Amino acid sequence: MTNADFQILLPEIVLAVFAMAALLFAVYTGKDKTAPMLTWITAAILAALAVWIGWNGEGTNAAFGGMFVDDAFSRFAKVVILIAAAAVLVMGEGYMAKRNLLRFEYPLLIALAAVGMMVMVSAGDLIALYMGLELQSLSLYVVAALRRDSVKSTEAGLKYFVLGALSSGLLLYGASLTYGFAGTTMFTGIVEAAAHDIPLGLLFGLVFILMGLAFKVSAVPFHMWTPDVYEGSPTPVTAFFATAPKMAAMGLFARVVHDAFGGVTADWGQIVALLSVASMFLGAVAAIGQRDIKRLMAYSSIAHMGFALMGLASGTEFGVQAMLIYMAIYVTMNVGTFAFILSMQRDGQAVTDIGALNQYSKTEPLKALAVLVLMFSLAGVPPMVGFFGKFYVLQAAVQADMAWLAVAGVIASVIGAFYYLRIVYFMYFGEETDPLDHAMAPAQWVFLMASAAIMVLGVVNLLGIEGPATAAAAALVN
Amino acid sequence: MGFADFTFYVFAVVVLTAGLFTVVSRNPVHSVLWLILAFLSAAGLFVLLGAEFVAMLLMIVYVGAVAVLFLFVVMMLDVDFAEMKAEMAKYLPLALLIGVVLLMELGLVFGNWTFADQAQGLRAAVTPAIAETHNTAALGQLLYDDYILLFQLAGLILLVAMIGAIVLTVRHRTDIKRQDILAQMYRDPAKAMEVKDVKPGQGL
Repeated sequence: MTNADFQILLPEIVLAVFAMAALLFAVYTGKDKTAPMLTWITAAILAALAVWIGWNGEGTNAAFGGMFVDDAFSRFAKVVILIAAAAVLVMGEGYMAKRNLLRFEYPLLIALAAVGMMVMVSAGDLIALYMGLELQSLSLYVVAALRRDSVKSTEAGLKYFVLGALSSGLLLYGASLTYGFAGTTMFTGIVEAAAHDIPLGLLFGLVFILMGLAFKVSAVPFHMWTPDVYEGSPTPVTAFFATAPKMAAMGLFARVVHDAFGGVTADWGQIVALLSVASMFLGAVAAIGQRDIKRLMAYSSIAHMGFALMGLASGTEFGVQAMLIYMAIYVTMNVGTFAFILSMQRDGQAVTDIGALNQYSKTEPLKALAVLVLMFSLAGVPPMVGFFGKFYVLQAAVQADMAWLAVAGVIASVIGAFYYLRIVYFMYFGEETDPLDHAMAPAQWVFLMASAAIMVLGVVNLLGIEGPATAAAAALVN
Repeated sequence: MGFADFTFYVFAVVVLTAGLFTVVSRNPVHSVLWLILAFLSAAGLFVLLGAEFVAMLLMIVYVGAVAVLFLFVVMMLDVDFAEMKAEMAKYLPLALLIGVVLLMELGLVFGNWTFADQAQGLRAAVTPAIAETHNTAALGQLLYDDYILLFQLAGLILLVAMIGAIVLTVRHRTDIKRQDILAQMYRDPAKAMEVKDVKPGQGL
């Protein structure tokens, strides 16, 4: 423990100290009256930290004897996480305030969850991994149940908590088997112990750890909680679930398989490939029957996680790069889509039925166009940016001699296109129904338009995201 | 068999028996009492290992605080455990099947268990030598120096748990009277009281 260790950890420390100071401030002053101000300040700090980490970070630095690793990979993930969290806070503020849900603890729990996620993607040790994961999960359980007087929200929180605890148990069991074999919890030690082949005991540990992580990224068959939690939670919280934690869990997944089990790529590659295929198909097929847009987005996120896992399954440096690009695009698309979902209201009441979108283009041509772009991008229709995300992961799979996986991905993506295009169909050619309200908070409008614009303009060079992603992948895989 | 071995077996057998009875006893209060016995015997095992600090912690924290807290919760919450058990019985066959399969798989792992070559050395390298440092000093060194990051993160997790409990349960009732100390202190007797001269036999 030296000064240098704390220097490396400074962004996390700043965020944690801010959360604690703001908590004290709010408790001793206006309590919930300070909530709107705290939301904006928290978002500003998250965004400032993203800029700081993105600009200032250099090289690979290990703190606390390698327990915490700050490298290009963790910085890439952190920037995406922080920006997504800030965006979700800003665009959800009006929604929460209107429904009396804007407690001052909400932005602070999001900030603490962000600290957890930053630790997750920087973890260089099994215990640090678990601490980050629990810090993030525990905050998420609470915000899922934030709407106390709604049975569905309570159910969402409880379901998430019980299943999350189970998955943490599995992960810990795997971690203990791994420790038992390797004699250390450090990733650097584990990768040495499992450099070439993997004995049966360690294989069990690996499988248990992957099961726990698959739950956190909601990959099939550990996805059961996702639709219910997405539906029951307040919509801004759902928007948060669909963005930052997914990036964090994916980053953690990549860290564990490459940093701790980098020597035995083939062993975990087949597990990840299976998770990937199952997620892509279930996400594509099960969403077809959904009329509730929040449940639909839940299945959509399952399918997208399948695609991101495809990049990882290849086990190569390019695969990690493809996964990172895919996740960054996925998060951007989801921020825009949820900005729109947050604005879906009829007579001031939030509606989530996709039938409400009928003939939306007649009353709101510009917004309908933006949603159309986002839906095409989510479906992976060229020339939207979403297509390039899919293209990268498919390319990674083909390069790693997993053509079957790529073919499965293409088929699943075609099936999945149906429900995205159905939303577009409703908007342009649906039957006449009561129109949705015109009003949309300025912040939501900005995020919807910005996200849609990125999906079109990003075609040029993916907004320069490729360079950082390449550097990040190179830092992780070596 | 020396005295130490004998003590080990006594404690070990008691831990296992108490653990079994914690799970199977019908009355939850009895379960908690069995649990306390299990904690006490486990503390004995720690003393045998030379980890006297952990043994004492187990006594003070687990027996003294946690188990007593359990006891309070069990007594104060009116949970019908018999009904819950009946509910559980419905899933018993499936749960048993999965449990047996898992157990067999883990037995397989146990049979084939190997250690990495350097595992034993790595395991020992973390802690200072027992002969040189006291337990307490060694633990302090590990917690507050080597593992300070994890220790502080654990603190943050507990903070989140506390915030969560408050967010999800506290409600501010407006229909009750609260004590306002300032109002009490600034109360002016001259305004609050009025002296009336009551004539005998007339009343007010």
